[in-house]
Amino acid sequence: MVFFFQKWYRLTGRIPHNRKDMAVDTFQYTPKINLEFAIGEKDFFMAGESASRVKKTLQQLGMKQEIIKRISIIIYEAAMNVAIHGSQGMLRVFITPEEIMIETEDTGGGIPDVDLAMKEGYSTATHEIREMGFGAGMGLPNIKQCSDELKIDTKVGVGTLLQATVYFTDNKGKTSR
Amino acid sequence: MMTLREIQTHLDAEILCGEDQLDREVCGAFACDLISEMLASASSHVLLITSLTNAHVVHTAEVIDALGVIFVGGRRPAEDVIEIVKKNSKIPLLTTKCQMFDCCGLLFSKVVQADRKDPP
Ligand SMILES: Nc1ncnc2c1ncn2[C@@H]1O[C@H](COP(=O)(O)OP(=O)(O)OP(=O)(O)O)[C@@H](O)[C@H]1O
Ligand SMILES: [Mg+2]
Repeated sequence: MVFFFQKWYRLTGRIPHNRKDMAVDTFQYTPKINLEFAIGEKDFFMAGESASRVKKTLQQLGMKQEIIKRISIIIYEAAMNVAIHGSQGMLRVFITPEEIMIETEDTGGGIPDVDLAMKEGYSTATHEIREMGFGAGMGLPNIKQCSDELKIDTKVGVGTLLQATVYFTDNKGKTSR
Repeated sequence: MMTLREIQTHLDAEILCGEDQLDREVCGAFACDLISEMLASASSHVLLITSLTNAHVVHTAEVIDALGVIFVGGRRPAEDVIEIVKKNSKIPLLTTKCQMFDCCGLLFSKVVQADRKDPP
């Protein structure tokens, strides 16, 4: 754990290196990395790019490959949903030493029936989108599978807020860091 | 097990990028044209076989840590898509004239042959 913190501080530059006592309680704040991406309508490239970039950051933090994969899948699927269904919105990633929270917020049409949307195979994607390899109706089930917690807040005609959390700690999460 | 170079020879595939990585040992492949399916079902470090050539496939290959990507049916991604890979993950990209069924069948038969020759 201490090693992780040291890496963390080196990367974020938030804690002075000369603090040899790495006891967490000597610092008044939790180190955080926040990343933000604006995703425009049909901006598929940015959606994919954001997944690649977050992945790189997590690799630099020295996280396990398996957990990085889970996180990348969540980001990719969530960001793609914003680009495809949500017209435009934001992708935000909040990383702390304990967890990562992936949030997408869009101003699209919203999801009328979330339970139905969560079903494998359900998709409203157009033919054009399907030609690109999307529209299997697997995105939301994938996100659920990969995250420890998932919240979807949506209102028809207003937009959708999706929050997926992955824990790095052994006791709460599916895999440890 | 087969190296990417052996696979390239079997399929008479053209190397689009990542030539220096062809010694990678491949122990599994996943053939599919649906992005979410790849994300959901492909395990890490497989060879991805697909007829999609857009930037999403390449991003997906990066997300699932694919060992390489083979584009079937003579398809090839646009130059800027290849550039993404050259810049980021350096995953080898290959294109073959074989269609999906032939490509998978051929590789599968080679694996079976190899297994017969030297059983596990
Ligand atoms: N952000 C969103 N805004 C509006 N509708 C959405 C949003 N995300 C998902 N949906 C709706 O939920 C359905 C299911 O989403 P899901 O991601 O599971 O599949 P998909 O995006 O259609 O296909 P895939 O993700 O497999 O490419 C979508 O077809 C769409 O109708
Ligand atoms: Mg989706």
